[in-house]
Amino acid sequence: MQFFVDPSRCIGCQSCLNACEECETHRGVSMINFDFVDRRESIATAAYVCFHCEDPTCAEVCPADAIKKGDDGIVQSALEPRCIGCANCVLACPFGIPKLHPKRELMMKCDMCYDRTSVGKKPMCATVCPSQALTFATPETIARERREVPTNTFQFGRETVKTKVFMMTPVGVDEVSIDVADYMWEARA
Amino acid sequence: MAKVPGSADAIRDQFGPHLNFEPAGGWQHESQHAPDKLVKTHCCFCGQQCGIQLKVRDNRVVGFEPWEEFPFNQGMLCPKGVKRYLQSGHPDRLLDPLMRTDAGFRPTTWDEALGTTVRRLRELQAKYGRDAVAVYGGASLTTEKAYLVGKFARVALGTRHIDYNGRLCMVSAGTAYKPAFGADRSPIPWSDIPKAQVLLVIGANVGECAPITTSYIWRCRDRGGQLIVVDPRFTPIARNADLYLPVRPGTDLQLLMGMLHIVLRDGLENRAFIEAHTTGFEAVAESVKPYDPRAVAERTGVPPEAIERAAHMFAKAERAILLHARGLEHHSKGVENCSAAINLCLATGHFGREGSGCAMITGQGNGQGGREHGQKCDQLPGQRSIDDPKAREHVARVWGISPEELPGAGYSAVEIMEAIHRGEIKGLLSICFNPLVSLPDATFTREALERLEFFGVIDFFLSETAQHADVVLAGSLQEEEEGVVCTAEGRVVHIRKAVDPPGNARGDASIFCDLAARLGKGQYFPYREPREIFEELREASRGGIADYYGITYERLDREMGVFWPCPSEDHPGTPRLFEGGVSMHADGKCRFQLTPWRESGDPVDADYPVYLTTGRVVSQYLSGTQTRRIGALVEQYPEPRVEIHPRLAATFDVDTGDLVTVTTRRTELTLPCAVVKTIRPDTVFIPYHWAGDKSANRLTHRTIDPRSKIPEFKVSACRLAKAGQAHAQLPTATGASRV
Repeated sequence: MQFFVDPSRCIGCQSCLNACEECETHRGVSMINFDFVDRRESIATAAYVCFHCEDPTCAEVCPADAIKKGDDGIVQSALEPRCIGCANCVLACPFGIPKLHPKRELMMKCDMCYDRTSVGKKPMCATVCPSQALTFATPETIARERREVPTNTFQFGRETVKTKVFMMTPVGVDEVSIDVADYMWEARA
Repeated sequence: MAKVPGSADAIRDQFGPHLNFEPAGGWQHESQHAPDKLVKTHCCFCGQQCGIQLKVRDNRVVGFEPWEEFPFNQGMLCPKGVKRYLQSGHPDRLLDPLMRTDAGFRPTTWDEALGTTVRRLRELQAKYGRDAVAVYGGASLTTEKAYLVGKFARVALGTRHIDYNGRLCMVSAGTAYKPAFGADRSPIPWSDIPKAQVLLVIGANVGECAPITTSYIWRCRDRGGQLIVVDPRFTPIARNADLYLPVRPGTDLQLLMGMLHIVLRDGLENRAFIEAHTTGFEAVAESVKPYDPRAVAERTGVPPEAIERAAHMFAKAERAILLHARGLEHHSKGVENCSAAINLCLATGHFGREGSGCAMITGQGNGQGGREHGQKCDQLPGQRSIDDPKAREHVARVWGISPEELPGAGYSAVEIMEAIHRGEIKGLLSICFNPLVSLPDATFTREALERLEFFGVIDFFLSETAQHADVVLAGSLQEEEEGVVCTAEGRVVHIRKAVDPPGNARGDASIFCDLAARLGKGQYFPYREPREIFEELREASRGGIADYYGITYERLDREMGVFWPCPSEDHPGTPRLFEGGVSMHADGKCRFQLTPWRESGDPVDADYPVYLTTGRVVSQYLSGTQTRRIGALVEQYPEPRVEIHPRLAATFDVDTGDLVTVTTRRTELTLPCAVVKTIRPDTVFIPYHWAGDKSANRLTHRTIDPRSKIPEFKVSACRLAKAGQAHAQLPTATGASRV
């Protein structure tokens, strides 16, 4: 099973954000990154989990060696005794995922619900997501059921980042206007 | 008489709304203690009735776990479902019955509270007649409770005035579907939605008001289905629409008739279906002749070629589904709007087969079940008409009374409030209804409540309406009483009891039974538990339209719900109604209905040039009695904002965060605005979940549809003015502030 993020399906309900903080291992702390892209211009919203990079920048820049990647490819939250709360990882992550919790002087981020996936459950966010903008499924299921195409290769300038989590990309999308006025009859009169 | 006692601050300090952010004992405590049990049940919010498992410890709901096996939502939940557990153990919860005093409310004994309620209701009925007392019910009650409320009003009190807050929900749809097909229910199960080739979603903000339905719509798109969205606002699902029609508020009827005009002009109707399965086509065909695309574009603001394209997409599809909700129904011509939607489906033959049809997306928790069994002013159990002598005879026999003792049809919800206002109705007993927030023209509603000679309320929190009560009977939350509900798709499901009511609060059903006993009618209300009510309800509904006779609690658990009608225990239930295009009318035909045009009851003019439309946000439920007390849900959308297009905003120089005064023919309201391009420039939107000086329903008007009696929430006329600056922001992620 793999994790697939598809912002085009997101309806901005924030169910993921609310459900994440209900997980037993970190109740009260949500690890979901959620954004209104530009509410004035658009209703578009996007919810993200950690992308779990193959070569995680957050770990590379950590001066305290507090961020570990497991054999399963999951990049863990900072180890509590090691993390010095310097926020290097927060600044360095190309996806803007890690968050520093000032009270605890600790970086915390999505670990893809290890407690749930290790017992055969889906991550909490991907379970509750009403629009399946966050989906945990086999690549075969995604290939069979979705029009969008998964990719896990991202280009940041000349830097290529490969990740464990997949992003769904649209196919055959033309230019889309998002201003209601552009659709109206009176607009042309 | 019934003004809010004491100071508003004192009431707020004592009864809230306070915000509950964490489970009892705090997050840390909660992480360290396992629940005693997981209870498989359903969310208490909205007509989707998602399956959910409630974590229970020490007689408290302390969290949730997704219930992935339940077929409708497969573990999916919206934020309201995720956070619903925080109403359990809430500091605002009423733990005792209350009596009003000059200074506020004091806790009392059940004996005094029930005794006073019965004495006052009896006095009023003796002095002014039986119909001087009315009963309000609610569509978030279990079906057992809804049935009981209807029976209590008619048998224990003998009043004809019993109605419910579902009157503010989908009654226009029901009132249109019944004459067309003979039944008021979504004709399709939701599993049909992904099978359509074209989905026409009109007046339904699915992403925010029925979030789980989004998954069905996206699955349809995944299979190559096309999506048409009709709405004055660019709603979250509109972002993925193949065609978006920005209809002007109140002109949906023009649009639908215009689409039918194009279908018939271009010969795209399904003649075989029309001839085999329908009546009344010719008159409707004649009626749409004047609705040519150009004329319709002028009225609706939708370009003619977009209307043409929508009509062609819908008619040419082999399978197409039309979904509608309050945006189509909340109009003084709400029934005509829904009938026009049905006409379009019938004319194109999109009806009565897999992946084809029309459906109302019922909004309230038990919006479907709550209207089927007798708390509607004109219906008896089983969706029977109260005017039908055979129905009266059947129900009277089940209830052990004579048909003559059974009152006739009474006033609807808005009409009851108007009768209170003019002094015709003197006493009111209300459960599960917060009319001060949810009825239109809140100033009028407050005046009416202040004129009541006696007002009794059954509730678990002291809602804004309950603050006007003389007696408040501390009732139960959904998770505190067993029962059934019927979901938007017509599936009857089992609500399991997870916890007992806390303190001295009691199950709602037992409160009604005690009141009935004290009214000397105890022999008609002998129930010890909800199951006994359900057994009687099965009989009462037997042979009716909404026939529950074959449904048992055990079947609901085993089969994950049963779709009605289900006339016998070996009947599989009926996920798709009207299979093959055969209606429930005696002749089996579906009936086209004429849909004459009417102007709005609050027309836009030079003094009030802008349309005001109201609706919901994803993090709040109805009048907010529950959801305005849950911290995370309030943080997500803390207060109402006036959504306004940049072009309109520029005409009076406001930007996001500025305060705007919105004035209608009733009164004015000042709120921060959010400047967004996702709304028509001639329209503003305000969500209605709040009370007092944030109540959008102070602005709305009391015009109702003459048949469905639904208020016209979706069209008011207003003007706007800049009022100053606030500190409001455009919506941002709530996570940032919580982390």
